[in-house]
Amino acid sequence: MTVELFFQTVVNATYAASYMALIAVGFVLIFGVMGVVNFAHGELYMAGAYTVVALYAGVGLPFFVAVAAGLVFVGLLGLLMELALFRPLRDNPLGGLIASIGFLLILQTIAVLGFGVRMKNVPPSTQEKLVLMDGAVLTYQRLYVILAAVILLTALWFFLRKSKFGWALRACAQDREAAVLQGMSINQTARLAMFIGAALAGVAGALTAPLVSPTPFMGHSVIVTAFIIIIVGGLGSLEGAVLVAILYAFVHTFVTTLYDGTLANIVGLLLMLGVLIVKPTGLFGAKERA
Amino acid sequence: MPKTDTNTNFLGLLGFALLAVVLIALPHLLSFSQQEILVLLVINVLLVCSYRLLTLTGEWSLAHAVIMGVGAYSSALAAKQLSFPVPLAMLTGAGVAGFLAFLLSFPLFRMKGFYFLIASFAAGEVIRLTWKWSDLTFLFGGPKGIKRIPPFPDFLSIDFYEPVNYYYLCLIVVAISLLILYRIERSRIGLTFHAIHWQDKLAESVGVNTFRYRMLAFVVSAFFAGLAGALYAHYVGAVAPNRFSVEEMVYILIWAIVGGTATFYGPIIGVVTLTILNEVILRSLDVDEMRPMFYGAILIISILFLPNGLESLLPKIKGWFAARKEKRAMTEQLAE
Repeated sequence: MTVELFFQTVVNATYAASYMALIAVGFVLIFGVMGVVNFAHGELYMAGAYTVVALYAGVGLPFFVAVAAGLVFVGLLGLLMELALFRPLRDNPLGGLIASIGFLLILQTIAVLGFGVRMKNVPPSTQEKLVLMDGAVLTYQRLYVILAAVILLTALWFFLRKSKFGWALRACAQDREAAVLQGMSINQTARLAMFIGAALAGVAGALTAPLVSPTPFMGHSVIVTAFIIIIVGGLGSLEGAVLVAILYAFVHTFVTTLYDGTLANIVGLLLMLGVLIVKPTGLFGAKERA
Repeated sequence: MPKTDTNTNFLGLLGFALLAVVLIALPHLLSFSQQEILVLLVINVLLVCSYRLLTLTGEWSLAHAVIMGVGAYSSALAAKQLSFPVPLAMLTGAGVAGFLAFLLSFPLFRMKGFYFLIASFAAGEVIRLTWKWSDLTFLFGGPKGIKRIPPFPDFLSIDFYEPVNYYYLCLIVVAISLLILYRIERSRIGLTFHAIHWQDKLAESVGVNTFRYRMLAFVVSAFFAGLAGALYAHYVGAVAPNRFSVEEMVYILIWAIVGGTATFYGPIIGVVTLTILNEVILRSLDVDEMRPMFYGAILIISILFLPNGLESLLPKIKGWFAARKEKRAMTEQLAE
């Protein structure tokens, strides 16, 4: 491996880590607060990407307006899921998972009906790029994803640590009954968690749309990645999700560059199986949830 | 009351005889393409019933479609590369699937519930990606899979290339398999599975080795899933990794959940109802692309409003009839 290729791979891995972290943190947040495994999370990402396909590539709105629309739209989809599916099934954790599978199929079909099964090419919003040391190239399009991940995740961290809503969210994630006894509204915190979690996936999809050529089935690989990250990181640990997203992105990108993509996926899954066998609570998980 | 016993026995036998007549006559009432679907439906019945055996122990696996694929790939390879006779290759395929489940149960049954679900998903994906992996194309054929799998040989000049004849073959194999699965459920072993599901700590404390029973359920369920895969492979003549992807697994889940898993017949009701709905109603509406949406909507509606599946409707209907009968009897009494 040449030095140039090495640095380029590092840049690529940083980009991959950014959008994976956005997706995984939303996934963990939803699981932590609601106790539901949101199988449709990959399709929320897909919905974000198609918002950009429709509004930026289709209607011709400015790229960042389309991204903002994607954030809001997917966040609202999250609210819809909470209201229609997860709230009635709150006492039935497996039921929430199954309902989200149903929702996933519906979202996929809507994308197929609206945009067709073929890949959509989204023109890049900018052609500019940064040339880093040793000739490694970082396009602005990828830089946006990295910046968005850093800004949004930092904002989320401060929100969770400093604001009253954040405290309520974390309290609900720790112990739902106790939080209710303290007078916190379960419905309100669940809505908030669902909106934030879904919106993060939507932003990731919207920002990466020009880079990945969206298809209605792009959510599948995303949900696998999200599973690997949250299992290795430990269910319910936001910091763990971010750290493992970075770790996994580097492993995956380097194996893909050096060997091939299928082997990289196998390595990722074996990593997750290994962690499950040796330490099921994950590398950063505090304790096992009931 | 011995009298009612013989009565229900007689009724049960009559019901089975009627069912047999219907199942034997059915393909002759259908068009050629419907016959082909019927073959797949019978295979899917075995698939979903074998899945239910594992759910008896309370574990939900996401590897079942891949395990079916293991049976299909092994049987295809045994027949094509090792030139086994096809019936033997099918049993080999089922055996390999069972053996693989035996090996997988060592890591997987260290976990329960959600962790088992995810781990089984990961294990299944690893197997499926191995089939896809370019370095092993010489063996598994890469993403395109294995083609030109030898069909089931003619026997007594019966041509099994005909869907009707293959349907009868599948019917016999599946009927025997279902009988075995039913006997297992009704035996002490089946009771132990239930005990592990509802009271695993208690079961352990009275000396049940829960690990070995979980493993047994997994292996038996994998054996019959593998058999279903082998039946599929030699009928269709080609297998590919995407045929056993997580989407296929979702359909198995939908059949089991919409039908309900509390009774033996629940998943069968699920797969038959949804296949009829799919092939008759959706096909006549000509909305092929919208099919996943219908499945998704059915799944959501059933989990919200019918969480115990279609099977839970039967006792309700019975209860409704009983209530009506009672009411009529009361009004008659009142009239007198």
